[in-house]
Amino acid sequence: MDKKDIDEIEHQMKLANEGLPENERDLFADARPSKVESQNRYFERFRNWARSRSLWMLAFGTGCGATEIRPLMTSRYDMFRYGIAPRPTPRQASVFIVGGYASIKTIKRIVRSYEQMQGPKYVIALGSCTINGGMYYDSYNTIKRLDYYIPVDVYITGCMPRPEALIAGFNRLKEKIRAGECEGMNKYAENFDWYKNNQKQIIKDWNMPDYNW
Amino acid sequence: MSIWVKILYAVISVAVATFYGITLGGIVRKIYARVHGRFGPPVWQPFLDIIQTSSRRVAVSHGVMFYLGPVFRLAGGLGTYLFIPVIYGSVVFSNFSMAGDLLLVMYFVFFGQLGMALGAGEGGHPYSPMGIARGLSQMSAYEVPFSLAVIAVAIQYHSLNISTIVGAQQGSFLNWTLFTNPLAVMAAMISLLGMNMHSPFSIVMAPQEIPIGPPIEMNSGFLAILQTNRGLFAAAKLVLFMNLFFGGATNLVEMILKTFMIYMFSVFVGAAFPRFRPEQSFRFFLKWPALIGIISIIYVAYF
Repeated sequence: MDKKDIDEIEHQMKLANEGLPENERDLFADARPSKVESQNRYFERFRNWARSRSLWMLAFGTGCGATEIRPLMTSRYDMFRYGIAPRPTPRQASVFIVGGYASIKTIKRIVRSYEQMQGPKYVIALGSCTINGGMYYDSYNTIKRLDYYIPVDVYITGCMPRPEALIAGFNRLKEKIRAGECEGMNKYAENFDWYKNNQKQIIKDWNMPDYNW
Repeated sequence: MSIWVKILYAVISVAVATFYGITLGGIVRKIYARVHGRFGPPVWQPFLDIIQTSSRRVAVSHGVMFYLGPVFRLAGGLGTYLFIPVIYGSVVFSNFSMAGDLLLVMYFVFFGQLGMALGAGEGGHPYSPMGIARGLSQMSAYEVPFSLAVIAVAIQYHSLNISTIVGAQQGSFLNWTLFTNPLAVMAAMISLLGMNMHSPFSIVMAPQEIPIGPPIEMNSGFLAILQTNRGLFAAAKLVLFMNLFFGGATNLVEMILKTFMIYMFSVFVGAAFPRFRPEQSFRFFLKWPALIGIISIIYVAYF
């Protein structure tokens, strides 16, 4: 392979950012997400333990789901004792909670927020709407399955699930993290084209960069 | 003393202060939780948070100053701590105290915030300059009563050396600045409320208004540095206040007890009061605390 071919492949590997106007494309990264493996097995086990004990959640309240996230912070349910704390910015959060149905406008923001989180990142999908559409199964502007668009680690069923169910979901997530099964970040990087294709099929007016690192 | 021994002592001193400061943060979170009627996170939760943030696999940077912001902040914390004699008469915990260290420490207390302002600004998020504007304005406001109190203390003891000031307060608890110059202590303790940024002066981080303000774009390792510094800097400030106003400490247990009690002052106020608006906060510091500080200077200079 000569240099021209390599350049051609590199050009194909770059993201086109076609949704953006020509003069704005340079402002955003055109690099694809890459898979990041953990280095040391035993050290990673310790890190996973710490990650599972300190979950910083970014609560994405899309509709009724948000109602059930708020009580977690109150003295009645007190999620802080399980090491779960809310974090107002995706840069610092490690758990992304999608609270219920996601309309097509919202899935845009969900994708942007998810991509801005720094891995390893985990997703909890709350309520039946994120699994099969729930009561919005025949709606024209909501998505039916969340894991077509971003990788999901834990689903919590119900319409709406109670805060106790949410805490149970968090405990399930902790078990999965400690077992090293939560590699959603790498899954997203490996199947990036598939996820992007799904996202672009549903979001018709794609006016954002292809990858919002 | 060999410089290597000195460095070894400084490392031990910094490690102890960081550990103490971070643990103190955990205890304070627990106290707040109990006030709210919750169980709250375990005391060691801040350590887990630091491990968690520092073990992220990727980190986004926005440029050179973005890298340097947390570094300056940590340098501010280290600089503040390393020039304060922590335990009076101890070789290990005397740090690099020298003549005129009080001025240097006063400078380092504010150095970190300025560095952070440069770094966070490069993140590009609109909330961080907003937080920085609030932080720097509040800093200028609480610096007034604090500086007045420090000037009063310097006039009173005819020294800018923290060790000398601590030495002059030894003997009896009645020799503490708290009893010899209560007005200066009053002004300084009110400015401590602003320095610790608990309610009602929590306008800089204000999670519900400007989602955590300056460090909003800080992620992964950058945030871990800031979290570590938060522990160290808290310990340094409390030790400074203990030395200047509460007679210093002659052993580690006394140091921990006194600094804990000093911190509890801002925690109690923080748990009881809601947050000020920014302009209320700035005006507050420039009114009564500043006046008390001026009166304390007149008191020590002429009476």
